[in-house]
Formats: sequence, structure tokens, C-alpha cells
Amino acid sequence: MAYNQIIKDIEKEMKINFLSSEPAFNDEVYVKVRREDFKNTCLLFHKKLKAPVMMLFAVDETQNKGMFKLYCVFESVQFKKWFFIVTEIPENNPEYESLSSEMYSASLFEREIKEMFGLEPNLSPDSRRLNLHDEVWPEGSYPLRKSFDIKDIKESLKKEYVFRKTEGEGVFEVPVGPVHAGIIGPGHFRFSVAGEPIINLEIRLVFTHRGVEKLFENKLPEECLKLSECVSGDSVFAHSWAFCSAVEKIKVIKVAPKTNYQRAIFLELERIYNHLTGIGGIAVDVGFSFPHAYASIMKETVLSLNDKLTGSRYLKGINIIGGISKELSGNDTALLLETLKSLKKDFESLKKMLYANFTFMDRVETTGILNKVIAQDVGITGMAARASGINRDLRKDFGACYNKIEFNLPEQTKGDVLARLNVRISEIEQSILIIQQCVLLLNSADSSFNYELLLGNKFGLGYVEGWRGPVLYWLKINEAGLIDRCKIVDASFHNWQGLSYCAPGNIVPDFPVCNKSFDLSYSGNDL
Amino acid sequence: MIEIIKNSIIKGCVTRQIKPESALLNSSELESIGKELRNMINKHFNRSFHIREVDTGSCGGCESEIIAISNPVYDIQRFGVDFVASPRHADALLVTGPVSKNMELALKRTYEAMPKPNLVITLGDCALNGGIFKDSYYTLNGVKNVIPINFHIPGCPPKPLDIMRYMIKFFKGDNL
Ligand code: SF4
Repeated sequence: MAYNQIIKDIEKEMKINFLSSEPAFNDEVYVKVRREDFKNTCLLFHKKLKAPVMMLFAVDETQNKGMFKLYCVFESVQFKKWFFIVTEIPENNPEYESLSSEMYSASLFEREIKEMFGLEPNLSPDSRRLNLHDEVWPEGSYPLRKSFDIKDIKESLKKEYVFRKTEGEGVFEVPVGPVHAGIIGPGHFRFSVAGEPIINLEIRLVFTHRGVEKLFENKLPEECLKLSECVSGDSVFAHSWAFCSAVEKIKVIKVAPKTNYQRAIFLELERIYNHLTGIGGIAVDVGFSFPHAYASIMKETVLSLNDKLTGSRYLKGINIIGGISKELSGNDTALLLETLKSLKKDFESLKKMLYANFTFMDRVETTGILNKVIAQDVGITGMAARASGINRDLRKDFGACYNKIEFNLPEQTKGDVLARLNVRISEIEQSILIIQQCVLLLNSADSSFNYELLLGNKFGLGYVEGWRGPVLYWLKINEAGLIDRCKIVDASFHNWQGLSYCAPGNIVPDFPVCNKSFDLSYSGNDL
Repeated sequence: MIEIIKNSIIKGCVTRQIKPESALLNSSELESIGKELRNMINKHFNRSFHIREVDTGSCGGCESEIIAISNPVYDIQRFGVDFVASPRHADALLVTGPVSKNMELALKRTYEAMPKPNLVITLGDCALNGGIFKDSYYTLNGVKNVIPINFHIPGCPPKPLDIMRYMIKFFKGDNL
């Protein structure tokens, strides 16, 4: 079935004609609908593609067109395409019908659009703010509107956030954070507990909101490279790659295969060091400190390797638009392969340490279960989704430079801490294989690239499967070549919800290990 | 007891020697910096310097390096520096991030909860003046706009050895 068949089917089912539907790139299709058809169209795409909302965002075009545009994005593995459902919302009547009561994965996005742009989702089940905390930000100031000026902020009465209450005999609340005991980002967790088990967990985040998306605006893409590297400090490379590939798409720059293989190598190095942190973290969170120490030595090895190869422990400053700033030499790849070889040996003993320990296995097995149905409804992505039996991975689904590389996706279905641990363990092994294959392919890969300075479409999506999951950058560039809108979605944005769904039923002391098994970013979520 | 001793004789040493070289590091440099750091801490803080870390909106990169200095390779604890869970136990606050509006109150409260003389060290470029997040609608452009600071460690993020070097500089200067 061709991808436009599904569009036709939906048109037929709704008995309407879409305003337009056209491919923008070979992997992006934009379907334009009237505002009154927006909700149902999105719901049908959601059902037909069996896909959650990957992005839902607004763009302010009030200055030249007097309206906002709303984009709802679905991923289709079958067609290897991203479907963008687009509608226009007039400035003088900024509302639309809420999607979230029937499609939960849209919920957080709607709350975000409401506070950032002032677009009201009618009949939305949750109208609380998300990013701009009521205690510090007044009503009626919408920072992502083009007309927003920080000087106009009215010091109106600020409110307090209402947590959902869980009540009953013997139920008590344990509030934790935003400043935690460890060296970790800030977030507020509110457990409602009856006896030992958690009966409800509410997570309030966004203490690290810095207004990143706005900072991208009105700058040249080249100026924003460093900013994209500072969105999430542990996914530096994934973020800068996703950003670069969005720009490269818009500027019609074909990246040389050789560059892509090198980028793939760096991405896997990032995956390896983060998974090592996570595996060690899972061990120490149930009080098993030796593997943690062991894993952190290995992590340090990878960070130092990054430093040796590129001059940056966190792979900053490597991605540039159209390529990379540091090519790997023969010596570099030799050092890389040698280090990976000894790492692999250490990794085998780390694995043995964990799997052979009865107490450890007892703590992680059946702890923090996130079942497949909830994971699908909430729109869990990436590593956490793969642990709950949703086998999605942008590297496999969209191929690109991974076409010639063989690797397996781990198959886990239980969705507990152990499943996520297993996924991470096998991903490290797969990453090492990927790097080895990339190094081989490097020698024969073409290093020429063609650079056409022809502005094709003025918008496009960059996507990379980071270690947590998909990192998505949707960019729109204006006539002057400046960034008009940059929408970022890190896998954490979807996956924090998974954590709050997996906690109930577990005891509070098991929460840290549940948390670590998802290993989510505060800054990538909070933006 | 006899069982434990017997066991450890039979099994021998199950851990292994950590050579910083195996993590591609120069160990003599690390040791000499560490020694100097320890001397400073012995002199000014009676052998132990306890830090409470606060993230006010960092990207996580700075935290990652702070965690790295306590890993077994650098193991900054052996030089007298430790990270504590409560500001009440802290000799100094180590603050990262440009201070998001959402964190302003929490930062102030943490500061107030610590014992005098309230030493504050900022770490990372964005903690100094907002860095790359400067002049956003939601950042306060650096920690100094919320609480007084004593010392700054630059970098984005600073490498572990640099953090140690700057700590020495801090102890040497007239910040105390
Ligand atoms: S200084 Fe750099 S690494 Fe540190 S928190 Fe700020 S942006 Fe991240």
C-alpha cells in the first residue's frame, strides 16, 4: 500500500477532502485540514498508523498571516514517513478542539501550547500549566508568541499549583524535591502512600526550564549549534545531530556517507557511556555498590576516549552543518577499536556480577512494570518502549546510514526494571558491533558531499535515535535565513509519564531504581 | 568470623587495581593535584570539605563531571572532598545552571538552610551569567543575581581535573 492510500482512506471515512496533502521531503508528508476537521483527522491517523503523537506544536504566523499553525506529527514505520497534520487557527479566535481526551499522548503537548501560545484546547481534561510555574509566571503572557516582550509582563496575581489529591484513611503524602539528596537535576515527586506501597505518584517537573526554544529564534542556524548541544548534557551528540540534519534537509545539503558513519560512531559512543551510567545506577540504587564503581570506571574510560578522539568528553563541537569538524584518522580508529575490545572484556564481568547476584535480581525483577498497553497509550518511546515490547528504533525504522549495518533490537516484553536493564545491556553490545562495522565501512566510504545553497522547503524535521529514544527537531527558517521556530522533543518528554505509571504498587524504596531504569533527562524535558 | 577470613583467603582479592591509565588518564598529574588539594583542605577545613550540589537549570553536563570526580578513577573523596545530602551538613554550596525562574525559591531556601559562613561556588559557564541561556525570558542570568557567590569554576562543562585545579585556586585565594 502506498502512503497516499491511507490519506485517501481517511478522507473517505471522514467524508471530506483535505485542503492539501503533499510530500515535503521523501520522508515527510504534510496534510492540511480545516480547523473543525483537525481532531478527527488526527484521531484517524492515530488509529490507522497505530502510532502515538510524536510531536504537537504551534507556530506563530500572526505577523504576516494573522493566524497560528498547529502541527500534529505521527511516525509511520510501515511507510517510513512522518505524517504532519496541519491546521490554521485565526489569531482572533485562538482555540481548537482538544485531542487529549481521546488520544492521551497529546495531553502534555496541549498544555504546553496553551501556556506558550495562548491557544485554548476546548474541553481539555487537564488545563494546568506545564512549563511556566504558576508561582512565578503571571497569567496572560505567552512567551513563544512573536509579539511577546519580556518588558510587558504584568505582575499579576500568581497562583499555586494544584496537585491531584489522593484521599482516604491511612493515605499520606511524601513530597520529595525539587532539590534532591544526590547530584541530580531538580524535580518534584509527590507520592501518595498507603502503608508501604505507592498508590499514586505525581511528578512535577520543569524546574530547569530555560526557554530554549525561544533562544533559537532569530538566529542563523550556525549560531545555534552550540545551543543545541546544551539542551541535554548527556545527549549532546544526538541533539546536535538532529539539529544539523534538520538544517541540512532545509538547505538541501547531502551529507557524505563517510560523515554519516563517523556520526554514527559518535552516537554509539554516547549511547555506551550513558547506558553504563544507567546500569551502574540501577545497581547502586538497590545498594549494590561494587558494580556501580566498576561501571563508572568503564564510563570514565569512554569519556576519556571521547576526549582523546575529539577533544571533548561529551562530544561537543563535533557536528557542524553539513559535516563534522573532526575526522577520525587511522590512529583514532585503532585506539577506538582497542579501547572497545578491553571495554567489552570488562563489560562481560560486569554482566556476570549482576546476573549472578540473587539479591540484585530479586530487587529488579517484577519491579516497576510498565505494561505495553499503557506504554502505547502514553506514547512511550525509545529504550523504555523496547523494554515493554514496542520494537521501534529510528535507526532500524528509517535506515539511512544504518542500511548497511547489521544489528539487532533487543526483545523484551515484561516492562519491568530488569527488562529495561536487559535492553540497555544488549544495546551496549549492539553499539560495539555497530561501531566496528562503521569503522570498516569508513575506509571505503565516499567523502564527497554536494552543497547546494538552494532553499527548498523552509521547514523540515531532523531526527536521531539517541540513547533514550528519538530526539526530534522541527525547524522553520524565514526568508532572511534565520530560524523562525524550533520545536524540540526529547524522548524524556514522553517517557516521564511512563515513570509515573509504573510506580504505583511498588514500595517507596524501590522508586529510585524505577527512576534510574528510565534514566530520564530533566533538562531535555524542561527545555 | 572464621568463615569470612577463610573465604577471603580462598578467594583472594576479587577487586582489581584501578590504574588511571586504563581510563586513558595520566595518573601522576592526578596524584599531584590531589595531594595539593588535600593539603589545602587539611589547612583550611580540618581535613574534610563537604559540598552540597544544587542544579538550578543546568543541561546536566556539569552534574556529570561533578559525578565523575567522585568516581573510582579520580576519587576526590580520598583528598577530603565529599558530597552531602543536606545543605545543613555542607561547608559550601556548589551551584550549576543559569537559575531558571522555577528554581529561584528552592535555591534561596537551600542557601538559607546551610550553616554560616555560607560559602557558594558556582560551576560552569551558565552559572556565572546565564552563559548560553543568557537573556532568556525564563533565566535569571546567573547565580549571583540570587545569592552572593564566592568563587567560580569556568568551563562548559569543566573537566574533572580542572574542577580540582580550580578548587585549589579557591582555597589559595582570599575567598575564605
Ligand atoms: S555550563 Fe555548559 S555543561 Fe554546564 S550546565 Fe551550562 S550548558 Fe551545561
